[in-house]
Amino acid sequence: MSMQLEQSPTTGDEVITNYTINFGPQHPAAHGVLRMVMELDGEIIERIDPHVGLLHRGTEKLIEHKTYLQALPYFDRLDYCSPLAMEYSYVLAIEKLLNLEVPLRGQYLRVLFAELTRICNHMLNLGSHVMDVGAMTPNLWMFEIREDCLNFFERASGARMHSAWYRPGGVHQDVPEKLLVDIGNWIDERLFPLFEDAMSLVVDNRIFKQRNVDIALVSKEDALAWGFSGPMIRAAGIPWDLRKSQPYDVYDRMDFEIPVGTRSDCYDRFMVRVEEVRQSARIIRQCIAEIPQGPVASDDRKVSPPKRAAMKSDMESLIHHFKLYTEGLHVPAGEVYVATESPKGEFGVYLVSDGSNKPYRCKIRPTAFSHLQAMDFMCKGHMLPDATAILGAIDVVFGECDR
Amino acid sequence: MAEVLHSAPRFVTPEGLCAELTAALGDKVVAAKEAFGEIVITVARDRIVEVLRTLRDGHQYQQLMEIAGADYPSRAERFEVVYMLLSVTKNSRIMVKVCAAEDTPVPSVTGLWPVAGWLEREVFDMYGVIFAGNTDLRRILTDYGFEGHPFRKDFPLTGYVELRYSEEDKRVVYEPVELAQDLRSFDFMSPWEGADYVLPGDEKAVAPPPAPAPVATAPAKTEAPTADVPKTTDKPADTGAGAKADAAAAKPVDAGEGATKAKRAPARKSKAESAPEPTESRPARKPRAKKTGNEGGSGSAPEGS
Repeated sequence: MSMQLEQSPTTGDEVITNYTINFGPQHPAAHGVLRMVMELDGEIIERIDPHVGLLHRGTEKLIEHKTYLQALPYFDRLDYCSPLAMEYSYVLAIEKLLNLEVPLRGQYLRVLFAELTRICNHMLNLGSHVMDVGAMTPNLWMFEIREDCLNFFERASGARMHSAWYRPGGVHQDVPEKLLVDIGNWIDERLFPLFEDAMSLVVDNRIFKQRNVDIALVSKEDALAWGFSGPMIRAAGIPWDLRKSQPYDVYDRMDFEIPVGTRSDCYDRFMVRVEEVRQSARIIRQCIAEIPQGPVASDDRKVSPPKRAAMKSDMESLIHHFKLYTEGLHVPAGEVYVATESPKGEFGVYLVSDGSNKPYRCKIRPTAFSHLQAMDFMCKGHMLPDATAILGAIDVVFGECDR
Repeated sequence: MAEVLHSAPRFVTPEGLCAELTAALGDKVVAAKEAFGEIVITVARDRIVEVLRTLRDGHQYQQLMEIAGADYPSRAERFEVVYMLLSVTKNSRIMVKVCAAEDTPVPSVTGLWPVAGWLEREVFDMYGVIFAGNTDLRRILTDYGFEGHPFRKDFPLTGYVELRYSEEDKRVVYEPVELAQDLRSFDFMSPWEGADYVLPGDEKAVAPPPAPAPVATAPAKTEAPTADVPKTTDKPADTGAGAKADAAAAKPVDAGEGATKAKRAPARKSKAESAPEPTESRPARKPRAKKTGNEGGSGSAPEGS
């Protein structure tokens, strides 16, 4: 951290100096490349000016130059802690423009893996939040769970992180039955023992509570005005979850609860996520129990490719395959804004199509952007070490925030 | 509306909501449409604050989730600024749009929602739309000291400058972009479905363009031969073939005669005369010596030693 002294107006004969310090851009508690210019009065934060964009890669511009299918893997690279949740909004936006029906098995698989992604994401966030305020062990335990999740993604898609598995019309490949069985067993045998053990160290811990309770209180009105979503708005006591209120795929068949906070502090945000992990496990169990047999992707050959085996014997399949992977799919002209409940909040895609094979405009609505903007207002008057707790409770990933 | 088959998020769009909002906003509305289950209301640029205040306070759209910019260079006012509103009580979403040019500022809505601050900054950074009333209209996502607005359609994908760490200067230096290979952009659009260029070979089929029309847009206009008259080739003229070649045509053309003509259209020469030049002037190599056991045994090594 570099420091510089700044003369501020004085009262009487005593000279009061405000520190202006740089938090980041490289700082372990910044969760990525975030530069915050902090103005401190002693150890009290007077003002924060977060500088974002250090990871700006122009994803939205790149997408305009790619076909719809080629643009899909860019979404994995937005929030690299929950890649499948990023793909979800994008494929739903394409499907909405196409008015495309997705087979039931495909919908169940997407919901199942979206919830697994949520667990995976929360493991990273809860662990790093705990570590930011001083505890080491829970993070290591939760990374084991995260590793298991990544192995499941690898078994489904072939890639641990950048899966590119959700496709317009369903998912890319079916999963082996053994994988579903293993996920079901894993929940009971691995997830809950490890997770509850880790949480037992934290949730009633005196030090953890001292660092989080009553930190960054946000009223309901402020949460709405600052564009909060996800666990941030639920911790403020507003039971708003897109999976429940605007269900997509088969979420309307799922039976789960939405945890809400009572005090809207960092501790509530943490606990909302803890409970969401349990609810996600509940949804995964239901998916595994109810998932029907059948195709996993649409049979509209103008959108989703034919089976590899069919290509070998059927000329039409070969043509469809060739056209899909060169020209790509065409999406009717129009514009939609599709938002899903990503683990971090409302992740939206504003997709404008001109009827060609490339998106005309693809605006990505990141969750962290609005939350980070509120850093200044949330941190004002708090101590410097509180900033790390507040930042940890926002759950910010810069791949997504900066795009 | 057609039957909903997709499984995208299902929010509430009651019948007549679009008409109700349009009526409530009155003369501020420029256009309103409902397509793909989304309500999009275009309003007058200088009335946007009033419109959003009416929607927030009178119609329960409490949250401003996003402000998206978009660039349509062919329009007089090339930019669109799209406000995504969400009602958590009515469970409804709408989009409100205004159009803007580079020099026509859009009134800022930071007074209604503090979240608009950064969202407007992003649109300003990416497109150069100016928001009047935003007190902190700095760049946000691009580099310190960046010039230009990268998401405009006329901004190249590769940008103008690249940076690297210079070992000599011990600092990061900016240089004009130099690509080792040109940026490749493949056009995979099917040429048979609405291509806006003439296909190679098609230019013969279309009669010489009458006016300075840039491109033949409708290839369907070419007249198809009437089916009533069967095509026959009774006379040699009907076949389209030229006159028979005479014996002189088979003679090879001398190199000396008509050299200037030959430059433009090289006449076929006899095989012996026109053996192609070797592409590289490399002297013929000596035949390779046979492999031997001893080192450096190039040419003169005795065989079978």
